[in-house]
Amino acid sequence: MIHSLFLINSSGDIFLEKHWKSVVSRSVCDYFFEAQERATEPENVPPVIPTPHHYLISVLRHRIYFVAVIQSEVPPLFVIEFLHRVVDTFQDYFGVCTEAAIKDNVVVVYELLEEMLDNGFPLATESNILKELIKPPTILRTMVNTITGSTNVGEQLPTGQLSVVPWRRTGVKYTNNEAYFDVVEEIDAIIDKSGSTITAEIQGVIDACVKLTGMPDLTLSFMNPRLLDDVSFHPCVRFKRWEAERILSFIPPDGNFRLLSYHVSSQNLVAIPVYVKHNISFREGSSQGRFDLTLGPKQTMGKSVEAVLVSSQLPRGVLTANLNPSQGTYTFDPVTKMLTWDVGKINPQKLPSLKGTMSLQAGASKPDENPTINIQLKIQQMAISGLKVNRLDMYGEKYKPFKGIKYMTKAGKFQVRT
Amino acid sequence: MSTIALYNDQGGAEAAVEAGQENSSSTGGAAFGLFSSDFKKNEDLKEMLESNKESLKLDAMKRVVGLISKGKNASELFPAVVKNVASKNIELKKLVYVYLVRYAEEQQDLALLSISTFQRALKDPNQFIRGSALRVLSSIRVPIIVPIMMLAIKEAAADLSPYVRKTSAHAIQKLYSLDPDQKEQLIEVIEKLLKDKSTLVAGSVVMAFEEVCPDRIDLIHKNYRKLCNLLVDVEEWGQVVIISMLTRYARTQFTSPWKEGAIFDENNDKAFYDSDSEEKKDTTEAKPYIMDPDHRLLLRNTKPLLQSRNTAVVMCVAQLYWHLAPTQEVNIVTKSLVRLLRSHREVQYIVLQNIATMSIQRKGMFEPYMKSFYVRSTDATHIKTLKLEILTNLANEANISTILREFQTYVKSQDKAFAAATIQAIGRCATNITDVTDTCLSGLVLLLSNRDETVVAESVVVIKKLLQTQPTQHSEIIKHMAKLFDNITVSMARASILWLMGEYCDRVPKIAPDVLRKMAKTFTAEEDIVKLQTVNLAAKLYLTNSKQTKLLTQYILNLGKYDQSYDIRDRTRFIRQLIVPNEKSGALNKYARRILLAPKPAPVLESSFKDRERFQLGTLSHSLNTKAAGYQELSDWPAVAPDQSVRNVEVIEPVQEWAPSVGKTKKSGKPKSADKFYSDDEEEKEEEGSESSKDSSSSSSSSEESGSESEEESSEESEKTSSDSGKSSSGSEKSSSESETEPKKKKKTKKAPQKKSKPPAAFSDSDENGNGPVAQASSSSAESSSGSETDSEDSDPPATPQKKKDVKSKPKAEVKSKVEVSLLDLVDFSPAPTNAPKSSVISSSLLSDLEGLSLSNISSTMQVTTPSFGPVKTYELLHHMTGKGLSAKYHFPRQPCLYEPSMVAVQVILTNSSDHSLEEIHIGERSPAGLNIHCFNTIERLEPEASVTVSMGIDFSDSTQAANFQLCTKEDQFSVSIQPAVGELLMPSSMTEQDYSKEQGKLLGMNETSATITMATANTSSQAISKQVLSVCNVGEVPSSQKSVHRFAGRTVSSGALVLVCLELKESSTALLTINTEKSVMASMLLRDLKQPLVQA
Repeated sequence: MIHSLFLINSSGDIFLEKHWKSVVSRSVCDYFFEAQERATEPENVPPVIPTPHHYLISVLRHRIYFVAVIQSEVPPLFVIEFLHRVVDTFQDYFGVCTEAAIKDNVVVVYELLEEMLDNGFPLATESNILKELIKPPTILRTMVNTITGSTNVGEQLPTGQLSVVPWRRTGVKYTNNEAYFDVVEEIDAIIDKSGSTITAEIQGVIDACVKLTGMPDLTLSFMNPRLLDDVSFHPCVRFKRWEAERILSFIPPDGNFRLLSYHVSSQNLVAIPVYVKHNISFREGSSQGRFDLTLGPKQTMGKSVEAVLVSSQLPRGVLTANLNPSQGTYTFDPVTKMLTWDVGKINPQKLPSLKGTMSLQAGASKPDENPTINIQLKIQQMAISGLKVNRLDMYGEKYKPFKGIKYMTKAGKFQVRT
Repeated sequence: MSTIALYNDQGGAEAAVEAGQENSSSTGGAAFGLFSSDFKKNEDLKEMLESNKESLKLDAMKRVVGLISKGKNASELFPAVVKNVASKNIELKKLVYVYLVRYAEEQQDLALLSISTFQRALKDPNQFIRGSALRVLSSIRVPIIVPIMMLAIKEAAADLSPYVRKTSAHAIQKLYSLDPDQKEQLIEVIEKLLKDKSTLVAGSVVMAFEEVCPDRIDLIHKNYRKLCNLLVDVEEWGQVVIISMLTRYARTQFTSPWKEGAIFDENNDKAFYDSDSEEKKDTTEAKPYIMDPDHRLLLRNTKPLLQSRNTAVVMCVAQLYWHLAPTQEVNIVTKSLVRLLRSHREVQYIVLQNIATMSIQRKGMFEPYMKSFYVRSTDATHIKTLKLEILTNLANEANISTILREFQTYVKSQDKAFAAATIQAIGRCATNITDVTDTCLSGLVLLLSNRDETVVAESVVVIKKLLQTQPTQHSEIIKHMAKLFDNITVSMARASILWLMGEYCDRVPKIAPDVLRKMAKTFTAEEDIVKLQTVNLAAKLYLTNSKQTKLLTQYILNLGKYDQSYDIRDRTRFIRQLIVPNEKSGALNKYARRILLAPKPAPVLESSFKDRERFQLGTLSHSLNTKAAGYQELSDWPAVAPDQSVRNVEVIEPVQEWAPSVGKTKKSGKPKSADKFYSDDEEEKEEEGSESSKDSSSSSSSSEESGSESEEESSEESEKTSSDSGKSSSGSEKSSSESETEPKKKKKTKKAPQKKSKPPAAFSDSDENGNGPVAQASSSSAESSSGSETDSEDSDPPATPQKKKDVKSKPKAEVKSKVEVSLLDLVDFSPAPTNAPKSSVISSSLLSDLEGLSLSNISSTMQVTTPSFGPVKTYELLHHMTGKGLSAKYHFPRQPCLYEPSMVAVQVILTNSSDHSLEEIHIGERSPAGLNIHCFNTIERLEPEASVTVSMGIDFSDSTQAANFQLCTKEDQFSVSIQPAVGELLMPSSMTEQDYSKEQGKLLGMNETSATITMATANTSSQAISKQVLSVCNVGEVPSSQKSVHRFAGRTVSSGALVLVCLELKESSTALLTINTEKSVMASMLLRDLKQPLVQA
């Protein structure tokens, strides 16, 4: 299936190559570079590129292109999903997935890639299995290894590989048994000029960090499972149980994992946590434009809105922006025309605002369109959909684990058209 | 330990061999190295590799891997590297493997040196080492070793470890790409591996199938149902491959569900499964479409995968539904596809492409989710255009105003390419929905005054197309465009305006000649496409208004005559001949008007995704809209479904294995001495034990065991058997019927030869035995009469030929398929309205399929086996008086629980003895609160006099504490409790005598409980003992070499603690009963329970 993999950095250098079948010359990447040139933005490179003898399927993450070379028909999503899984694994192993990290750990990277694919077909992609095969590099372990001569590579077949619960390794031991669950919801919304909502929906995930000894069997139930319209599970979740009782029953993987992602049914009205008052205008003939933006809390259920970040792509004609924020700081990049305003926390008594003027290129005509405003924000201790975990129980082990559940709401793709 | 020692040895030997090789080749390498720039660097690497220090070697290898990763050539180090192939340092070894796989192709001769190491490793007791040895061996692309690879693959395909078998499936593809001539042999291996029941292997072998012989669809038939059932448990990548293969398969095997008048009710097929087999035959031939149960099975088993976190799996299921499901059911994939849009950009791209194709055919599917396709300014351009495409496809009278409003925002976008695409989209909406054509048109005209050139140009082109559809009342727009003509520079737009002028010159009689005049001035500077249209315009005006334009036309035609482009010169010459009458031009001249001014059909604006339908969704070919290499066409539905019985699997296939063994005993005549017979039997059992790990069809082991049991019994003195049957009458019906057959069985064995010669006969044979659970299943489904009756009928001479006929004729096959159909039901965990024993048997076979996964890492000698014997006691759960008509009984089927291994399986038979139907029967509150119960699905409705069997799982945590819960109907709640006998908290475990005594040795002292009992005389035979013991507790018999000692082994279900039961017969019918287990409470309870039946007669 997957023939070869090339890693290409933002300046167009191939800094790693790996072949699972016979070697494919790296000149095949020239077709990729061609496509890259044609695309104006790095994101616009088409994910699937045909070449005379091969097909290139690429993903872009952390400003690195992961280009897989395919020789024959294969579902493109298969490859894309796998490449993303590779990136996730690197991130898991090295903390970050940057060119430097990959170059520093090239041996581990190679060992990982070797285990993840056999003849181009995925072999072990489960993080728990991989970690038993190849231990993640830590400073301590590197030191121990140099002294004792032991290695990072496991000698036994990972227990998970053959078991019915391949995601969990056996013989897990912790002195502090703890299970944390983060319910994170994101609001995707498009708000139109007049402030009315064009579309809004809530997507949520439950990320877990489970450090429990042995083979615990957990169940997690919700107060209001009806809210969940569409769900996708980690393979550990017993689907039948969910179908029948709306209870999440699972033997968790060890460590961090995403238990569930869900979509809140679209019938429910979505609470929009902030409103934006804006007045962005350019006058015909003059080289000045006005910029006036005020943020305020809307439906926040008494919680404060934090970590607000406003960004906007100003029209190409704008040369400089001379603005005055009532709180926080703003930056304007004259090359990309990107305006970002780091607002911080919204104080309902004193609403944050950003006012001032923009100067246009001399002779440039009035831009057709006003910029859209993208907003990021966080609200702690609340899931905006109202989803609540009812209880979390553990079976199969004797000890009492420490359990914690945290709620958070974020803005996902939250756009205001002006 | 031993492996390391082995490696040590190898290492030494290898090093010695290769050192010699090394000397000769290193000089060559050095000479070669002189010419390479990094000669120095590689030289010190070579030194490091040849040093004695492990750490130096490892460092060197790490640097070599660094070189490989950068794409630098490190091939001259080959000899130095390859001799480390047998290193005992596992990391070093792995890095050497990496190197070897990379360069073996270039250095074939040297690579051969490493082969023997791998061959040895292939025999290693560690499955991981075997697996990786095969992986590397098969990755070395050296044609000489093809026979070795072939051998290794064949061997590995029969390995006990599913991991090694998986590796061999991968190796098949590698060998095939290396040497396609091996195809036939490889297909044999694939065929074998396809039968594998491990979920680990399934994905890989299907991948190999797709690669090597995708056209051998016949290999799939027998495995079709198994693959469907395993699908949920296969790892996600395997799921993708299997689903795409099954999509292709289904299109060749089933009839189209898209016909009119089809019945799609999901609930229908339940009843359908149970309907008479003959009825089934009829209905498939009858007019109304009824879905093949296998077709339904596929759809049902893939549906939960829509919830997968793996986007490729979701997409794959979506395409399966799109290509296979009845129209009404396709909608269920919508939500999941829309969910994928939240994923990474690349995923969005592919999913949107597929949605675009789908939305052309079925607007309704995605219309409710229209807003999910609204474009955000942060989307990448290719995502934006795809979303636009979908929005356009979704537009209809109802939502067009919303969409157009949305489009208005897009038109103003800073991304001009996207704005242009939006204008195209508006044009398409305008042609498709006549209500809004005018609105769109005026909107587009407004855009003509836009500042951006591309927007204007696009608008002109779209307006031109729109005007063509309804030209009558739009002369104003044409005039407006003529005015704009001077400002427009995009050639396509200019050409479009010129064409419009020419086409509708009668509507703008004054303006058109003027435009032509302007064009005559600039003709030479225009683009080709504009020139062509100018010539066109000139010709048309000449025909309609020759007075004003004759000279202009001639001027333009002259310019065209000397144009640089031959295309334009040709066109000019043609037009001139056509319109200007002279003596040479013939008859055509008369028709010039009709040729040039013919009414032209309006262009159809359609989606660019229209022609992608021809490709299977989700494929690379679909994404590229060209046929990719290796694309497998999806065939059309067959008009008539091919024979569906090909998918029937011999459920009791293992019985065939048993049949010859009977033959063997037959040949040897009657057993000469009981001792010899037993020892023979033991061997057989041991074999079974080891075999069951390989192909763990538990129906096999259970039927085998029961089979051999009945053999024993038949060879025993008949007095004993009769006493047996007397005792077991206290048990259930089944055991009595069993004992009844035993005398008949004897008759049978005499008749046997002609029957047993053929494998199918073995089937009917086991039927007649009546005590094999399988046989009960088939007989009870075939004829619902009681077991004992059937048996006596079967052994009647007239019945036998009938049976034989059955074997060959259709109905027989259907009987079998019925068994499997119910098997399907169970997999779905739905309460199948079948009777209890039947389902239990089938679930057991299934379970052991699943078990095959987890078991193999336990030592093969100690496994949990399926129950060897199961007298089923039924207990009352709820009396119909207290339950207001609802009565419930339960029994322990003694199967490993499907839901969780730590649960005890319980089957509950719910009967409605009231006169009204009961609704929504389900399980309510339970106590103790932490009680882990796997409830059955809510039973929507139970008709009066009907009964239903459901299975549940209860985790008793190895205690006999009752599980209390509430059984609820729509109106009432009844508190009920299930208290398990201690023997039901066990599951049998099979082990050899040696293992048994070893384990027993570990469980002495506190862990041992024993009592001396006086046995009832009737209980002294070994059969009687095992029967009694097995009736009390669910344990497995351990073969014993001493006649007076009987051993049984089991494990507790919840914690897996070993429970060993040993009964040692002493003189004068006393016996020592010993129980060894960590669970001392259990031991004493078990002792009490066991004593009772053994003491009593």
